[in-house]
Amino acid sequence: MAMVTKQISIFLENKRGRINDVTKVLAVNGINMEAFCIAETSDFGLMRLIVSEVDKAVEVLRAADFAVIVTDVVSISCPNVPGALSSILERLAEKDIFIEYMYAFSQHETADVIIKPNNLDECVRILEGLGQDNR
Amino acid sequence: MIWNKSKECMSRDEMTDLQGKRLHKLVELVYHHVPFYRAKLQAMDITPDDIRTIEDIVRLPFTTKQDLRDNYPFGLQAAAQSEIVRIHASSGTTGNPTIVGYTGRDIEIWKEVAARCLTAYGVTRNDVFSVGYGYGLFTGGLGVHNGVEYVGASVVPASTGNTEKHLRLLRDLKITGIACTPSYALYLAEAMDRAGMTRDDIFLKIGAFGAEPWTENMRREIEERLGLQAYNIYGLSEIMGPGVSYECECKNGSHICEDHFYPEIIDPDTLEPLGRGRTGELVFTTLTKTGMPLLRYRTKDLTSLMDGDCPCGRTSVRMTRIIGRSDDMLIIRGINVFPSQVESVILEMPEFEPRYMLVVDRVGNLDTLQVQVEVRKDYFSDEIGAMLQLKKRLSDKLKSILSISADVKLMEPNSIQRSEGKSVRILDKRQLV
Repeated sequence: MAMVTKQISIFLENKRGRINDVTKVLAVNGINMEAFCIAETSDFGLMRLIVSEVDKAVEVLRAADFAVIVTDVVSISCPNVPGALSSILERLAEKDIFIEYMYAFSQHETADVIIKPNNLDECVRILEGLGQDNR
Repeated sequence: MIWNKSKECMSRDEMTDLQGKRLHKLVELVYHHVPFYRAKLQAMDITPDDIRTIEDIVRLPFTTKQDLRDNYPFGLQAAAQSEIVRIHASSGTTGNPTIVGYTGRDIEIWKEVAARCLTAYGVTRNDVFSVGYGYGLFTGGLGVHNGVEYVGASVVPASTGNTEKHLRLLRDLKITGIACTPSYALYLAEAMDRAGMTRDDIFLKIGAFGAEPWTENMRREIEERLGLQAYNIYGLSEIMGPGVSYECECKNGSHICEDHFYPEIIDPDTLEPLGRGRTGELVFTTLTKTGMPLLRYRTKDLTSLMDGDCPCGRTSVRMTRIIGRSDDMLIIRGINVFPSQVESVILEMPEFEPRYMLVVDRVGNLDTLQVQVEVRKDYFSDEIGAMLQLKKRLSDKLKSILSISADVKLMEPNSIQRSEGKSVRILDKRQLV
């Protein structure tokens, strides 16, 4: 249920149409966005994306002069029911895993959560243990 | 009113004669005490005896800000260190400040010329006068301060920064005169509006404004909003500080204290002297300074000179308003800023591309400086905190070099406009109308 996945982060100036510039590049190259979120400050933002083809996405975005960074994050699938996320986060908190940021989307029976923990390996190990317990 | 009639109203013949004698002494001084000048004069085959009248000045070499930088910190000083009683500094072009050492006699002359300015504006010993220039290495604060004391008025060293307190002092101390940058004067007027005060709550009659370019429209607005008479005061630290020239009640050009500072106008490209009325670069020779005397210092300020008797009774030559600069120096909140200073900071930090853009604006009468800079691809981070930290590191460094705070804007790769040849690095949106 937990796996390490590659996330693309793009530095964006706060200006009109800039997000669309990203989606356009991905669109013309046939790359699908599976999840994304935007973190903003007063004069710049970071767009974080999970895409179908990471290497190709990085290549085409860099070719279009975007500042692109690839980061390892943890992707978790959990049941789309009340309390499911809470029990996961509780375990991470108990084990002192600090979450730098996270975002989520849910559809039908499952919810997918992307977490950027301070300690990736430890986080994955804990979550794998959690999966065992549930079995 | 005139502080020193014998000098300010001297006949032209007497003035020319005095200038010639002082120039000869000046050349003797620098020839014997400043190796930089001796080498230059020897290379031109000039000895002090060749310079007898003020007309001979055109034979002398120019001095530039670059010369001051090359001789940092004390290379152009003519006096022994034991004779120097004060040291001021102003921005240099690469982060090296320009150091100016003053002898006790220089400070006396500075007081004298500042007193001439203040008296021309109508300041007397009965005034309470507030100095809203920064005190410190910048010459504005202490220069005007000493002049006010010398005239005998009560000086209030308000300095810059605490505007609310300044307003309260203006009202409670019944302050009648003020010196500050023209933009700060307008800022004070706005703060007054915000505080629910009007010009009738304060007692200002006289304002001395300078250290940055301003216009007749700004003069009218300041006079209207603060209820005072606004006069120009001009100076630069390399030559002395505030007091080099000043307007009289006629407000038609600034009278130059030419018994101490000899003005010329040159073509900045050919370096040929230009006649009266022609606009070019202003050049000063310090006729009486002994700490760091300068021959034909190129101010980079563009203006013209006018002769002729002024209805005020003064006979001295006047300079018109500064209409611009012959280099890329910016004056922001009264502080000199060179794009190359910003560049030197950016070049030191590997996180940034050596490309940047300075955007200067005036928001609510206060100058703002934004430094747009591209982050190198390898240094982008997925963490907002790391990016903000990078931004802060640059703005802290800029603040320590420029002495004013700049808003840093991190830009995407290749987003700063390129241009062929000389890159455009400055966008000055200020409208001085």
